[in-house]
Amino acid sequence: MEPFKLVRAQNNASAIAASNSKETKFIAGGTNIIDLMKLYVEKPKQLVDVTSLNLKQIETQPDGSVKIGALVKNSDLAYHPVIKQKYPFLSEALLSGASAQLRNMASVGGNLLQRTRCYYFYDTAFPCNKREPGSGCPAISGYNRIHAVLGTSDKCIATSPSDMCVPMAALGAMIQVEGPAGSRKIPFADFHRLPGDTPQIDTNLKQGELITAVILPSLPFAAKSHYLKVRDRASYEFALTSAAVALDISNGKINNSRIALGGVGTKPWRSFAAEKVLNGAAANTQTYRAAAEAAMAGAKPHKYNAFKVELAKRTIVRALETVGGMV
Amino acid sequence: MNETVGKPIDRVDGKLKVTGGATYSAEFNIKNMVHGVAVTSEITKGRIQNINTGIAEKSPGVVGVMTYKNSMQLHSPQTSSPGAGKFAEKDLLPLQNDRVFYDGQIIAVVMAETLEQAEHAATLVKVNYQREEPVFDLEKNIEKAYEAASASTGAETQTKRGNATESLKTASQKIEQTYTTPVYHHNAMEPHATIALWQGETVLLYDATQSVAGTQGLMSSMLGVPKEKVRVVSYYLGGGFGSKGFSWPNTVLAAMAAKLVSRPVKLVLTRQQQFTTAGRRSQTIQKISLGADQSGKLSAIKHASTVESSFVDEFVETAGVATSMIYSSQNVEVSHKLVRLNKVTPCPMRAPGEAPGTYALEVAMDELAYQSKIDPLQLRLINYADQEEQKKKKFSSKYLKECYQKGAEMIGWSKRNPQPGSMKEGKYLVGYGMATATYPANRSASSAKATLFADGHAEILCATQDIGTGTYTIMTQTAADAFGLPIEKVTVKLGDSEFPKGANSGGSQVTASVGPAIRAASMGAVSKLVKLAIGDGKSPLHGQKEADITAQNGRLSLKTKPDQGEDYTQILVRQGLQKIEAQAATKVSTRQQTEANPAAGGSEEQIEEESKSNPVVQEDEKTDRKPYVFHSFGVQFVKVLVDPDLGMVHVDKAVAVMDVGTIMNLKTAKSQIMGGMIFGIGMALLEETNYDPNRGRPVTKDLANYLVPVHADMPDIEVEFINKPDMLISPIGARGVGEIGITGITAAINNAIYHATGKRVRELPVTPDKLL
Repeated sequence: MEPFKLVRAQNNASAIAASNSKETKFIAGGTNIIDLMKLYVEKPKQLVDVTSLNLKQIETQPDGSVKIGALVKNSDLAYHPVIKQKYPFLSEALLSGASAQLRNMASVGGNLLQRTRCYYFYDTAFPCNKREPGSGCPAISGYNRIHAVLGTSDKCIATSPSDMCVPMAALGAMIQVEGPAGSRKIPFADFHRLPGDTPQIDTNLKQGELITAVILPSLPFAAKSHYLKVRDRASYEFALTSAAVALDISNGKINNSRIALGGVGTKPWRSFAAEKVLNGAAANTQTYRAAAEAAMAGAKPHKYNAFKVELAKRTIVRALETVGGMV
Repeated sequence: MNETVGKPIDRVDGKLKVTGGATYSAEFNIKNMVHGVAVTSEITKGRIQNINTGIAEKSPGVVGVMTYKNSMQLHSPQTSSPGAGKFAEKDLLPLQNDRVFYDGQIIAVVMAETLEQAEHAATLVKVNYQREEPVFDLEKNIEKAYEAASASTGAETQTKRGNATESLKTASQKIEQTYTTPVYHHNAMEPHATIALWQGETVLLYDATQSVAGTQGLMSSMLGVPKEKVRVVSYYLGGGFGSKGFSWPNTVLAAMAAKLVSRPVKLVLTRQQQFTTAGRRSQTIQKISLGADQSGKLSAIKHASTVESSFVDEFVETAGVATSMIYSSQNVEVSHKLVRLNKVTPCPMRAPGEAPGTYALEVAMDELAYQSKIDPLQLRLINYADQEEQKKKKFSSKYLKECYQKGAEMIGWSKRNPQPGSMKEGKYLVGYGMATATYPANRSASSAKATLFADGHAEILCATQDIGTGTYTIMTQTAADAFGLPIEKVTVKLGDSEFPKGANSGGSQVTASVGPAIRAASMGAVSKLVKLAIGDGKSPLHGQKEADITAQNGRLSLKTKPDQGEDYTQILVRQGLQKIEAQAATKVSTRQQTEANPAAGGSEEQIEEESKSNPVVQEDEKTDRKPYVFHSFGVQFVKVLVDPDLGMVHVDKAVAVMDVGTIMNLKTAKSQIMGGMIFGIGMALLEETNYDPNRGRPVTKDLANYLVPVHADMPDIEVEFINKPDMLISPIGARGVGEIGITGITAAINNAIYHATGKRVRELPVTPDKLL
């Protein structure tokens, strides 16, 4: 990897102060950035180790929301009783990701910043607009089986890889950050960016901003939720397609719903269109299929990932049926 | 007298391996050693116009950068078989000129004090290329296919009997389908790794190789150093699966680099580099035509394969190799064609030929069974081959019918509803499938040295190697039984070219090749001991006949009077001997390869001379093997669960019953078969190396994107053996178990998916998208 300087931050302020240039990155679990540095995809001149910061709590707030410190390990979050009870799909999503060893290292904040697993992004022998703006996208005309069908641009079709982010998108979580200009909360939907003409910029975080927490809103019906992940092998693989769904059903009617998709979008993909179909409709397979069609209506497949459109619909239907069948 | 052979004894090196005590080739800490990192090409075909190493050379810690401009000149390899030493790409000796034949070819090696310094400096080597138009897509270049002449595995590439084309015209049942398999990569856990250390004109290579003896000879010829000045050591291997059977550039490059910088050099290929510079299994396009009469009897079999080759060597993935002998039929035609591509040359990978070939043939057989409304198992029995019909020879031993019967019972074959799509468990469709497994029983020349020490322990030396299969363990058992000693008293030393030559670890041949040599040498040492006792007036066995004496538990005694005898140690101590030793070489070969195995360390002439008076060797070599062919057979049955909506397949249960002769160690043998079956699950459902369609550079080239099965994919696996000795192949009666486990399994899974869903996927791997 490119030689770099490592500084250890003792508190939020010193971490933010140290992150004063584009060539500085924070490091927590390091499960993604170290790989990328080894491959010369990421070449920070300085890493700021934030693992000593006091951001490791999971707290239920007075309004019923749950605040998750940015340094909470993926495994600790997945097994936390409050998460398992109030947001089971988040627990499922976390446990469907990576391996036990990685989940024990990976932090919540880091997972939000996880970069795409596009093969071309990872191999510096290929051009890549996300890695080297303006160099081109070989995935569009290349081997693109794992690539996105929603939110793509003519510059980039790289998929957002995170499982954790999918239920968080469905929940409409808030991301709390601290930066040189103070702290702010970013709605989940506004955190990740579509590639557009600037695929090199994954998020709307500003330089020096440190993620301190994710706040999950109180959403009682999320207690009946499910994360379904479809992939080639049974474990240790990113999703071909996935769906995080929560349904509020009474008397056979859907009062409220949340639905977000993974594996198909250039960012964690909440489908308001699908929710609109579901809300107020009868809880049956016909409705679920209509919601799935709505979710995938704008899909733009490429040569090797065309199957994802139908597979995603079936994933949505199965996930909805599963939650719909919960007593 | 088999005291330990056959028992499920724990690996003798198990504790070393799990505690980190087993030293693999990259793990030697040599004083003054530097780390080498390879730089690879980023074009698919062309020439290096300019390679600028100046910045890299100035980078901290760098001690040298080796390119074609400053590397030593290599000599052409003088050998070309895995046993004798085969350089993987004979027309691409590394760093000899500016030519680039494929994307990811090694074009420089950077040496530095630390690995990190070398890795970083490697990125600072700047290259300009003159590009040429490459070809890299098999399907798009199929019109360039040419007939394959011969295969380096020794397998025949074109075979014919009767007239299959004519017979197919009148067949009442016919299947004509094309089956494809993608490029696979071996992905052994241990990477390709070499440490090279020159001491004057002598070079020591710690090398991850499946052939220490072959590599010694090969490096001698390529480096232009006398063979006795090349020593190759490979004590432990973390798998090879064929990728370390041929020698890839890391080995010779480490030696060249060490010469250049006058310091020991360690060179380990990265996982990504192994996808472009260390072999692969060719993509295959296999057209199968089956003709049968109403009763299911095969009247014709045609198996035409088109596979990949390269511009720098030739390797044939002989997919049709088993087709001419696996079933009885009067009309059979097997052919192979090759297309040269700008990709790394393919090489053997676990059951080269049989793995993709039994997939295609055994799926076609399943298709014929369903079309003819004959039970797939019954169809195999109808076409059972009692003898090898192509060569018109007998099988040395064959218990395939017993395998079929036992396997069918274990999986509950008769209890299934054969109608496709008819069986369910919850939301999953259930399918059962089966296929025949087969792999040749190879044996080739080997020798060994056995020493009995006055303290009562014995030692075996043999320049074969344990690639992780358990060779150390079963050879310890073999020697212990031959010596009449408990296994704790026997130490087997392998993986050093200084030892008497042993077989290369390829073609599942080590057990059948090395075992008889170790047995003969051990028994030779015991025989010498017996003669000492007989001739010793102070021995209770003085004046007895050798034939009347038995060796057991470290003691010689009369067979009829066990009380009359003495311990080995007593004889040696009384004689004032520190040790007694014997060497044995067996030249028996069941292989078709013409090139002889090399003479490795030790005096070969002396070993051969000694073997002439070794009755065990003589008896073995006297066996008339001409009327026979040597093959192992077996059957694979699987049960799969398929999610009908999401296309996800889970192998729920897998059963194998194998006829592989004597089982040397039930535990390691089962592990080998299970490992093969899991390999087959990967091949059937997951594995595939994808190349960029515009450039021919692999894109799925790490273990995150090249999917091998993980624990969650594992079925309940049951393995049973017939365990009947094949005394024609050797006096130990064992045939190899390393590769047969991957044959048939891929077809069995595919056939089970068809039974579950009614969908026939003829393009591996069967991923969810293909079942939507």
